Amino acid sequence: MQIGLTIKNIADELNLFRARVITAYYLIIVLSLMLIAQLTRLQIFEHEHFQTLSRDNRVKLTPIVPDRGFIFDRHGVVLAKNTPSYSLEVVPEDVPDIEAMLREMAGIIDIDEGDKNRFMRLLGRTYRFQSIPLKHRLTEVEVARFSVNRHRFPGVDIQARLTRDYPQGAMGVHAVGYVGRINEQELTQLDPVDYRGTNYIGKTGVEQAYENLLHGDVGYQHVEINAQGRTLRVLSGTPPVPGTDLYLTIDASLQAVAEAALKEEKGAVVAIEPTSGDILALVSMPGFDPNPFVRGIKEDAYRILRTSPKQPLFNRALLGQYPPGSTIKPFIGLAGLERNPNLIRHRMWCSGWYSLKDDKRIYRDWKRDGHGQMNLHRAIVRSCDVYFYQLALALGIDDLRDSLIRFGFGQTTGVDLVGEMSGLMPSRAWKRANRKEEWFPGETLITGIGQGFTLATPLQLAVATATLATRGMRFAPRIVDRLIKPTGEEIIVPPVRAGTITVSDEASWTQITDAMIGVVHEVGGTARGVGIGCTYPMAGKTGTVQVISLDPDEEYKREELDKKLHDHGLFIAFAPANKPRIAVSVVVENGGNGSQSAAPIARTILDHYLLGSEAPAIGDHSDR
Amino acid sequence: MSIAACLHGENELNIFPSSPEHTRNRFAHRSQRLHLDLPLLLGLLLLSIIGLLVLYSASGQDLQLVVRQAVRLGMAFGVMLVVAQITPHLFFYWTPWLYALGILLLLAVLVAGEMSGGAQRWLQLGVVRFQPSEMLKIIVPMMIAYFFVDKELPPKVIHVIGAMLLALVPAILVAWEPDLGTALLILCAGGFVIFFAGIGWRFLLSLGVLATACAPLLWFLMHDYQRQRVLTFFNPEQDPLGAGYHIIQSKIAIGSGGLFGKGWLNGTQSQLDFLPERSTDFVFAVVSEEFGLLGIIALFAVYLFVIFRGLYLTLNTQELFGRLLGGGLVMTFFVYVFVNIGMVSGLLPVVGVPLPLLSYGGSSLVTLLAAFGILMSMNTHRRLLSD
Repeated sequence: MQIGLTIKNIADELNLFRARVITAYYLIIVLSLMLIAQLTRLQIFEHEHFQTLSRDNRVKLTPIVPDRGFIFDRHGVVLAKNTPSYSLEVVPEDVPDIEAMLREMAGIIDIDEGDKNRFMRLLGRTYRFQSIPLKHRLTEVEVARFSVNRHRFPGVDIQARLTRDYPQGAMGVHAVGYVGRINEQELTQLDPVDYRGTNYIGKTGVEQAYENLLHGDVGYQHVEINAQGRTLRVLSGTPPVPGTDLYLTIDASLQAVAEAALKEEKGAVVAIEPTSGDILALVSMPGFDPNPFVRGIKEDAYRILRTSPKQPLFNRALLGQYPPGSTIKPFIGLAGLERNPNLIRHRMWCSGWYSLKDDKRIYRDWKRDGHGQMNLHRAIVRSCDVYFYQLALALGIDDLRDSLIRFGFGQTTGVDLVGEMSGLMPSRAWKRANRKEEWFPGETLITGIGQGFTLATPLQLAVATATLATRGMRFAPRIVDRLIKPTGEEIIVPPVRAGTITVSDEASWTQITDAMIGVVHEVGGTARGVGIGCTYPMAGKTGTVQVISLDPDEEYKREELDKKLHDHGLFIAFAPANKPRIAVSVVVENGGNGSQSAAPIARTILDHYLLGSEAPAIGDHSDR
Repeated sequence: MSIAACLHGENELNIFPSSPEHTRNRFAHRSQRLHLDLPLLLGLLLLSIIGLLVLYSASGQDLQLVVRQAVRLGMAFGVMLVVAQITPHLFFYWTPWLYALGILLLLAVLVAGEMSGGAQRWLQLGVVRFQPSEMLKIIVPMMIAYFFVDKELPPKVIHVIGAMLLALVPAILVAWEPDLGTALLILCAGGFVIFFAGIGWRFLLSLGVLATACAPLLWFLMHDYQRQRVLTFFNPEQDPLGAGYHIIQSKIAIGSGGLFGKGWLNGTQSQLDFLPERSTDFVFAVVSEEFGLLGIIALFAVYLFVIFRGLYLTLNTQELFGRLLGGGLVMTFFVYVFVNIGMVSGLLPVVGVPLPLLSYGGSSLVTLLAAFGILMSMNTHRRLLSD
């Protein structure tokens, strides 16, 4: 063989090879140690880092939206709840032929072009294993029809989701409010953790004011996903804490009665329990059905609501600011009695007009011929303007103001709702600051009859009336009576005292109340009409507010004026006068005379509340 | 002369008189008769079994795939068995012809090869489809060993350059396909034969310096995807969803395995598809994730046992041709292991080198086990030659 024939030093060759093999052994060991070192670095020293990365890779946190709390009236009538709504959902990877499926589905469920286009758009954007909605809000019939044919549609199924539902529709909408989709601006203010997965937020009313409690706490689920994001299994999670259920102070049947009493009028009613500040009814008419807002209201339907001259979206009870008119007189009367208790015996003559020294202007009484002989009692009963011109002038604007703000005029009431207006109680300082003008004595005069700058919301009027009823105990009105936590724990919201009015002579309260009883029950009382047949003593005061200013010599002729220029009719009342259980304020926009438009509404409400007269049926008394 | 008789005869060239050959049992006799080395065979079988177990996990418990790989392993071990029966004479005489054939086939691939994954590596011959570049991993060290057999050792510079050309020509042809990984392995196989032939250290050093100087030149010759791999190697986080994804996910798999691993079939990186190529080139990451550092050290031990046993066999090989070839083949096997693990653990750039006996796939398997067949043949046939 060739190898043997070559003259070579075999032993040297062998030694050389052995040396090289030993070198190779060393090389292998060194390189292997390098690898082991690198692996030790990764697996021991950086283990935790990579373990975290590995967990982040496979575990995703998915939020579980808590169930929103229900809203009930004080007796358990459901005002807001969650109902399942059904949507048709498609998992593309399980559907053999999407086009064929859509064609066949059209025979069973009506799918319009918009639905189809949205579906096709989503189809191109999402993973094939993810569920895509084909149609939202299936009707019961559609659900049933699909269920029967389900076997024909692999990969298509019905998903139930909870959506907010207002079973009473428009009833109480301005009190309860509604939820809507979270908008961009709200998104920046919300806690991103708590609202992960939540699409809805309270927009108005209790839904907005008690958003924190109603929403509940978001839950989490750790799910294992693979590289494509497909959920493989649920690892662990924190269950969501459902929202708190709210029992309102609202009496749904009273609310319904009040809404029905306002009929087609624009206006507001606020009824309060004087001894607690509980809002029994909070009405702003016209209302609207909040349910479309939950689904996402159609553009044109929203435009109609927004542009309607009746302003159904406007919450008059909290935001409407009206001159209180003659309803302010009892409060001014009380201020007068406080200044001088002998005022009750003071007499004066009303000739139908009044004028100031050095002022050519004539301040007329609503009764052109005058009321004749007047005292405080008769002045309130008959609503004599001239008397209160003089009383206001005697008190002076600043004292008048100081006295009235104790009843809550000119400041927010502290109600547990968002956005109430403060109204306006003018003073010299206010005018100087806001109008850059001095105060004129004439302005004091008209403040005495609740006109001029003075403004009050129906809620403020109700609170002031309730304060009269309790003889000086003013409560911040509240709309939530008690909370039922998810644990079942009941928390009663305590009444909040907003102030106490002390007068020098307690008899003043009785004198004013007597006068207000006279308004309803005495001959010549401005609300004598509603006093007829009234089985309980009722204390009230009418008010009529001009929408347009008339020339002193011009006469207001209702028939000749456009309805929107008619006077606002106001009425405040509490009853039973000797032991008040309810105080109410009624504002009827452009209703004309308060005694004719507003007072009968108040009577209906008081009758219902105190006598339990026939109420419009309220459905859904179901417990949760 | 009977084989048994041969076994008991002392050989003057036996370097390790205290070697286990003295205590070979009956099974060893049988394996010797089949020209197999029992410890090496057991090591390779152990690696194959580990490979199948890991593959079951890495494939997402796809038993069909595991069976397919088992069949391939069976065939490859069959090839090894057959190759081990061939006497070293034949290898020696065939070498120049095989080399010539190999070069021709590489040219044929470039002219008429099949495209697959952007590279032209496959040659369709009737029903058989194979990669000629795989064969070159054995043929090149054979040719260089053949070249050195009648040369004076340690080799003269001119001979070294000649040997290098024998390796460079096929390597360049393979790199042209392009298949950088295989080209590098061919160069390594040839280079280690030159190394075992006794190339001077000074010469080796100057070659290293020359190679470093040539690196920028290599950069210009590289394809875009190859350059990308190198860039990615230096900064994988730069492109976490693109080219860097493989290496990032692989490191997460290894690192999260820790000391004890997540357990067989419990590797989240691999079971949940985060790890790409997890049953082929990145199978080592699956092992690391599921069996931890301890598992890896155990796997290393088996690999090192096979490599050290292989080197030991070459020491016991009688002729120069067998020794040089054997050394080259064993070291190539080590390079496979080193480059693969280095690449998967982020120590080396991503080069398409499988982990021997663990990565799913057939072409490299046959070459690898054929190489061990040659090694066994060289070792077990030696006594016949001494007559």
